Formats: sequence, C-alpha cells, structure tokens
Amino acid sequence: MVIKKQNDIPSSEITDEKLYFNRRNFLKTAAVAAAGATAYTLFSKKNSSAFAQDNNSWKPANPSKFDTTETLTPYKDVTTYNNFYEFGVDKSDPSENAWRLTTTPWTVEVDGNVKKPAIYHLEDFVKPYKLEDRIYRMRCVEGWSMVIPWLGFPLSDIIKRAEPTAAAKFVAFQTLYRPNEMMGQQNNVLQWPYVEGLRMDEAMNPLTILAVGLYGKTLPKQDGAPLRLVVPWKYGFKGIKSIVKISFVGNQPPTSWNRYAPNEYGFYSNVNPNVDHPRWSQARERRIGEFFKRPTLMFNGYGDQVASMYSGMDLRKYF
Amino acid sequence: MITFLEKKIVISWIFKPVVFVVCLTPLALLAWNGFNGQLSANPISDITNETGIWTLRLIVATLAVTPLRRITKIHTLIRFRRMVGLFAFFYGCLHFTTYIWLDQFFDWHSILRDIPKRPFITIGFASFILMIPLAVTSTKKMIRRLKGRKWNLLHRLIYVTAIGGVIHYLWLVKADTQRPITYGIIIAVLFAFRLWIYFDSRFSSSRVLPERKFQLSKQEIESV
Repeated sequence: MVIKKQNDIPSSEITDEKLYFNRRNFLKTAAVAAAGATAYTLFSKKNSSAFAQDNNSWKPANPSKFDTTETLTPYKDVTTYNNFYEFGVDKSDPSENAWRLTTTPWTVEVDGNVKKPAIYHLEDFVKPYKLEDRIYRMRCVEGWSMVIPWLGFPLSDIIKRAEPTAAAKFVAFQTLYRPNEMMGQQNNVLQWPYVEGLRMDEAMNPLTILAVGLYGKTLPKQDGAPLRLVVPWKYGFKGIKSIVKISFVGNQPPTSWNRYAPNEYGFYSNVNPNVDHPRWSQARERRIGEFFKRPTLMFNGYGDQVASMYSGMDLRKYF
Repeated sequence: MITFLEKKIVISWIFKPVVFVVCLTPLALLAWNGFNGQLSANPISDITNETGIWTLRLIVATLAVTPLRRITKIHTLIRFRRMVGLFAFFYGCLHFTTYIWLDQFFDWHSILRDIPKRPFITIGFASFILMIPLAVTSTKKMIRRLKGRKWNLLHRLIYVTAIGGVIHYLWLVKADTQRPITYGIIIAVLFAFRLWIYFDSRFSSSRVLPERKFQLSKQEIESV
C-alpha cells in the first residue's frame, strides 16, 4: 500500500531564511577552500564559528546550571539529521517518516523493584515536574556531535516517585514497538523493541534527564517524542527514544547495540577518546556545522559530574 | 546497412558522450545539492558517501559488461567499458581526496595511523591503490604494449578491487548491512557468470567459442 506523505510541516519546523543561507555558506566556504591555498585562513577559528549556525536568537526560558554556552546546533539540523532506526537507517529517514507515529495517547509503565509501580498517562507522568532547558553536548558514536537545548526534568525525580527497593540496581528502558507506524521495525536491523539501561547511580545523576522537548518546544517525533532519555556523557545511542516502559531491575539489563555487537558497543558506552571503537577512532569528532574536527573530551566534557562514578573501573574493559 | 565506419562515428560522437554525461551526473547532482544547501547537516559525510557509492556502482557496471555482452550479443558494449572504468577510478579519487582533504584535512599523522589500524580504511585504501595500474594501462598504447593476454590478466585486479570495495562498505556501516550485502550479491552473480562461461567453454567440446571469451580481439583493441 502506498501511504501518502504528509505535507503540512508546522511553521515551527520551517527553517528561517537566515539559517538556510548560512548552510549554503558552509559549503561555499568549503568549496573555496577546495579551490586552493587560502584554505587555512578561511577556516581559521574565527571563521569557523561564522558558519556554525548562530542561534543566539533563542534563549532558554528556564536555564540550568549544567548548560553549556557553546553555539547551539541549528534546529533544522537537530531535527533532520537523526539516528532513529525505528524509522529507517538513513539520517534523513526519521524526519521523513516519523510523522506516522501516534504520540497521543501515550502511556509510560513503571515496574520492577519499586514500591509504587504504575501505568501513567504521559501528562500525569510529566505534570509534577518543573521543566528545565538543558543545553548539552551530544556525541554520537559515529564521530559527530551537536549542542542541543533539551527541555526536560531529571530522571531522579521519577525514581524518587517510584520508590525503588534495595533490590533495584539498574534501570531498564524500552521504546515503543509498533511496526505499522515505526516502519523501520519491519526490518530486523536491530532486535525490537529498542532497549537501554543505566546503573542506578547513573540514573540518579543530576545530569541524566528525561526530555520532552527541545528549543523550548515539544519534542519532534524524529527526536524521540514524546519522551526520551538524555545522558550527555554517554554516546548518543544510550539516549533511548519514545519510551513506554521504565523497569527497576536487579541485574544489568540488555541494551540494543550491545546485543547487536558486544565487542563494539558496551553497556556503559561512556564517551571516551582513549578507547576507540574497534573499527574507527573516537579521539576526535566533527561538530555539526564545523569544518575541522575537534578533540573528543573524556566523558564528553562532563567528567567533573560523572568521573567519580567510575573510579577504579577499567574503562577499557567496561567500555 | 550501416557500415563499420558509420557505426564507429555513431558510437564515438553520440553514445560515448551520452555515457560520459551520465557518469558525470552523480557529481553534478552532488555539487548542485551542495551549493543549494540540499545536503544533510553533515555535508562532508554526504560527499564521502556519495563518491564512495558511485565508485562501487561504476565498478559493478564495468563487471557487468562481459555478462551483458554474452546475454544480449551487443558486443559494442565493450567500447564503453574503459570510460566507465575510468569514471570509477575518478570517483575513487574524489572519495579518497574527500577523506584526505575534507574529512581529515591533511592530518597525515591521523591518516597514517588510520590506514593500518582501521580495517575498513585499510581495505578501502588497498582497493583504491589497485585501481591505479588499471587506469594507467587503459590507453590504447598500453593495451597494445602489454598485448591482450597480459593486459587481461592485469585487469583482473578489478575483481579484487570489487570485493575489497564491498568489504570496505560492509565494515564501515553500523548495522545497516543490507546495502553492502546487496552489492556483494550482485558482484557474486557477475563472478558466477564468468565461472560458468569458463567451465562451459572448457568442458563442452560441442560448442566452439570464438576467441572473444574474455580477451579483446585485435579489432576491439583498435576501436576502444
């Protein structure tokens, strides 16, 4: 059956002209560089920030102390360059296909070793908490990165409400499984549904949030609507999208990419420039919108907040 | 009845330019999209992927020439193989340059570390290097100089490059192995066809095959 494609893009998702032209500049500048010797001056640090989109017009309404002041990745890039295999394996697939997903009504189940297991409607799940803008770096395991202003609340809020028992050592997450809307699930690229997990202390860390929006607006479907995890010191794939279930468990839960290739993707998957992916280097990354690669920072630059959780652990073994 | 000369003129002045333009189209589209901001948020990655995939596609096209000639009996197809092969090399060069220039920006330290350490880069690099002697010996003069037999033998290196290209593709993807595997299957089928022809010609005495099994006849060498 041919499913007709929806054309009504909300005005909020249409790139403003300024942004659009700047994207051209990026490549024009790159082409000029390709033409010859002036490359280095053209791509000096001063200039490189000129074609990294200046999104200073947007300001967080509810800033947090964890916000980075780095240049934000343009909204258009954050919403058109996605890895969300439930909608296809190409970066452009999620933004083209995610409109099929029904996000209302949406329920989130909390179960496992907790005093208050429950099935919540999304509104009730989110309502008690004050939403904050969290401007985080996001480092993809593939070697690119973004700066994204999420809108969300600490996962620890949910954990406190669920009241886990002493038996709860890990938190397991599960994405929706609905192949007729998430057509990527009709192919067994990964084993569906997508699952992820955190150790309890990682889940309780104040940096760990559940996001319901970005750029102060409702989370676009291709970015994991209506509810997704954001763990900024880990590779992007740990940020499980479109969550329907949160379980408090005693043993380390399976995680999708680890299950697919255990030698390539560990349970922890902390950003670590010193431990390469078996097939490519993790020492550097390309910030979307920039020409030159930049060095990748240990724990994606969040070492002050998270390094202590891993002290004494061999991060080559527990990668 | 079209004379040999007329046929040659039609090929040289109509069909060859058409194939030339067709082979350039992916690059033109890439440039067009680039200048119009139609590439993704990661244009360097797009350029790398596009030039890479077209290298592989054109290699597959050159490998398909022999089987297609057999099946369709349109032996003229051989006259386009060199051009397509050189375009495969051209896209390979662009792909390699993109990596050196745009991706790594001449960071030789990192590149030299990458080549032996990253299996997918190692095999991609090796496959590319193996295309160089083929490009160098693609001229009429070189074909004559190497004689048909030696030239044919040398140009079987393309089989290695094709397999290497598929492995390179397979090793660089995360989980979406469907596309590299598809290319692998296509190449396997094209190889199987050659094997079949080989055994068929060797063991069936009833069929007398002309010497244009794999080798270029003298006339073909003159006319490529």
